[in-house]
Amino acid sequence: MSTEVNNRQRPILSDAEGSSSETAVTDRIRSLTEQLRCLVCQNQTIADSNAGLAIDLRQQVVQQVKAGKTDGEIKQYMVERYGDFVLYNPPLSPNNSVLWIGPFILLALGLLLVWRSVLRRPQGSSPPAPTSADQRLRLQALEARYQESSQSLHTPGGGPAANQKKPTQE
Amino acid sequence: MMRWVRLGLPLIIFALLVIVLARGLEFDPRHLPSARQGKPAPSFEVPTLGSDRTFAAKSMLGKVWVINVFASWCTACVIEHPKLLRLSRRPDFNLIGLAYKDDPSATAQWLKQHGDPYRQIALDLDGQVGIDYGVYGVPETYVINAQGVIAYRHVGPIDDAFFDQHVAPLLTANP
Repeated sequence: MSTEVNNRQRPILSDAEGSSSETAVTDRIRSLTEQLRCLVCQNQTIADSNAGLAIDLRQQVVQQVKAGKTDGEIKQYMVERYGDFVLYNPPLSPNNSVLWIGPFILLALGLLLVWRSVLRRPQGSSPPAPTSADQRLRLQALEARYQESSQSLHTPGGGPAANQKKPTQE
Repeated sequence: MMRWVRLGLPLIIFALLVIVLARGLEFDPRHLPSARQGKPAPSFEVPTLGSDRTFAAKSMLGKVWVINVFASWCTACVIEHPKLLRLSRRPDFNLIGLAYKDDPSATAQWLKQHGDPYRQIALDLDGQVGIDYGVYGVPETYVINAQGVIAYRHVGPIDDAFFDQHVAPLLTANP
């Protein structure tokens, strides 16, 4: 007894003729196989992978689509055997709830922290101390000096901008 | 007091993070949860190697038995094989081989070379039984209890503690 058991890679739909119902079937098969994970090469879909098991599962999807199974039934078939892991978009379950909810909890915590620190600042910081006459004079002097220097910056040939070499050909 | 909380809290959070991440390092990403564990073993009836009879899973009902999925093309099976041979000397170890997607003559040749620990060898020629059990890596081993429920599933070569941990307790519960 000799039985051919090696994986012969057949095209998924050799009999696709291009009629609208055929393309609909092809599209369904493509979309389903792109939603199912290859168990052997875990970062590929069974549509992408050429691992033996992926080929078998693709064949399984083709057969079941042709047998009139719904997408839900086909996914259920895979989940029963391989668990939620086989789905690229697994449903919310107690096992993975942390992954689904965790980011929102962290976001809420972050917002709470920001909100608290924003609310606290005006109460916490002391009002500006009154300035004395002496300090006011010094402030005016500083402001005058600042205005002078900023003017000289803008006069042509005066500021440090003029020191910068223009990119010319050398 | 408040100062200690302010200083200590980030440290505690950091320590927790380290523990969580360190644990994560030990996870094997190839080890997947077994969907079929705790569920009735899927029934199947397939040809056997070297005889005209078929093997049916339901014929084992009432016994604690073990399916070992193997193949002649599977390199890790060679590592596991001596352990199975040793265990097969026990009269209470009902070991059924499932030759997964293998040419029967290659299976026979491989068993002649490495020894045959199996009571019977079921032939899963097209891999359908494998799909029904959720096999994704050979070797895999399934322990099925007397009620026909998959009590334990192991992916990869079994370890030395396999029998004592996963088969013996079922045998004492149901000799």
